[in-house]
Amino acid sequence: MIPDRFEYYAPTTLAEAINLLQQHPDETKVMAGGQSLIPLMKFRLATPGYVVDLRNVPHLDVLQERDGSLIIGAMVREARLESSALIRQRYPALLDTSSVVADPIVRNFATVGGNLAHADPANDHPAMMVALRATLLAQGADGQRTIPIDDFLVDTLETSLKPDEVLVEIRVPQPAPRSGAAYCKLERKVGDYAIAAVAASVTLDENGACTQAGLALTNVGPKAIRASAAESFLTGKPLNDETIREAAKLAAEAAEPGSDLRGPADYKRAMVRTLAARALRRAAQRATGSIAHNGNIGGGVA
Amino acid sequence: MTTQTTQTTQTTHKVTLTINGQPYTAEVEPRLLLVHFIREVAGLTGTHIGCDTTSCGACTVLVNGVPAKSCTLLAVQVDGAEIRTVEGLEQDGKLHPVQDGFVQEHGLQCGFCTPGMMLTAVALLERNPQPTEDEIRRAISGNLCRCTGYVNIVKSIQYAAKQMREAQATPAPAPVGAEV
Ligand SMILES: Cc1cc2nc3c(=O)[nH]c(=O)nc-3n(C[C@H](O)[C@H](O)[C@H](O)COP(=O)(O)OP(=O)(O)OC[C@H]3O[C@@H](n4cnc5c(N)ncnc54)[C@H](O)[C@@H]3O)c2cc1C
Ligand code: FES
Ligand code: FES
Repeated sequence: MIPDRFEYYAPTTLAEAINLLQQHPDETKVMAGGQSLIPLMKFRLATPGYVVDLRNVPHLDVLQERDGSLIIGAMVREARLESSALIRQRYPALLDTSSVVADPIVRNFATVGGNLAHADPANDHPAMMVALRATLLAQGADGQRTIPIDDFLVDTLETSLKPDEVLVEIRVPQPAPRSGAAYCKLERKVGDYAIAAVAASVTLDENGACTQAGLALTNVGPKAIRASAAESFLTGKPLNDETIREAAKLAAEAAEPGSDLRGPADYKRAMVRTLAARALRRAAQRATGSIAHNGNIGGGVA
Repeated sequence: MTTQTTQTTQTTHKVTLTINGQPYTAEVEPRLLLVHFIREVAGLTGTHIGCDTTSCGACTVLVNGVPAKSCTLLAVQVDGAEIRTVEGLEQDGKLHPVQDGFVQEHGLQCGFCTPGMMLTAVALLERNPQPTEDEIRRAISGNLCRCTGYVNIVKSIQYAAKQMREAQATPAPAPVGAEV
């Protein structure tokens, strides 16, 4: 399968990239790793007249902690997160997520920025970023703006990025003391999108009560869904079997799954409940240091 | 790099790829996929097209040492890269230890997945000379094989790993795989 014709640009500055986007804003696609865009173009589901490849734009591959956040440049590839000691030690939930995106070969090119900008409800990073309350930095002709992840994700394959804006970086708040997060995905096989997946993030106080909870769902609705009722339920409560069970039930109620090849809707809802409990348990264990940061308590990742 | 643009003519780009150490330069349309550059421009047909939908890994080549599905990269996107394909594995008439492993351990039946599978294995062993079975299975999880059931593929890679470690351990600066 061969894509339709298009013009290709590989600008060497962000300003040049934005300038190119402004020429034909509705006919131009930004390209990161191309691992979603190229398949779409081969099927001719996407037929952009112009493609602006970000590969030569400098500084989009930063991966470091700065000013209270982990900064993930939009062009950081999944494989880089997987091999990063910083990620393994401080952000194991991002390792949970990266290591279940597609397969290891796709991950050598697929980027975190592309995963978010693509905004497929089946993409794995959006829910994790919702649970972690990430913000995104976008740059366009009018300058830069930061976008909270909840405002960034609009609908299926739709974000609040303007046609002439480039996603520059993702900012994940550095974990407060006694914080932990986790991502649990159920997939039919390696390389498949989630039947369902749940991202959880918790911060506990000295007495073990939850001061902040983040819970979000993958591929059971038009976009990554924040399970707000479950989050508010957990706030102020200790995390134990009973509260986790109740939060998981609320998370399942927040899911809006459809029936498809990956299973009927009620099966997916039941899986959300199971995965939410697992993700919360693992997040709590990480928060209290009762498992090694990169530890696997089993059963979380299918 | 860019030659010309009009409404009716497609702009072409001059792309140079070094494939198995040899440079290939061609004027190509941006929509030319890397796998087509390799098979049609360079004439190296050892790289297979299976699914053509980023699923099977038959088209796997190494791009700057990293496994890539060449059906899902544009040639223009990797302009200037070093590419390794199955044709580059054999050196001086001697099979690469991974190729030898696939022969010794019957790591193939129809052979369609084999070039991609071997390149993934080569990249793994260059990064991790002593992988566990689990690490091998994870590394090849983007390469599908409809014939073997994977058991002998894992054995082939373990065989190659051992050969490569033994070759490394010999004091003489012998080329990899020189010890029989
Ligand atoms: C076989 C297969 C299985 C997969 N399985 C999974 C899976 O299980 N889970 C999962 O999450 N994903 C999966 N994916 C998707 C894959 O991970 C995507 O490639 C990735 O999410 C997109 O990243 P990319 O860098 O390749 O983006 P591209 O394909 O380059 O771009 C994707 C979209 O984002 C836009 N975009 C990219 N970067 C920017 C930017 N900086 N600014 C503005 N817009 C931008 C592009 O215009 C395009 O619309 C799978 C893909 C394949 C081929
Ligand atoms: S042909 Fe490229 S992945 Fe199957
Ligand atoms: S040997 Fe036939 S597909 Fe692997």
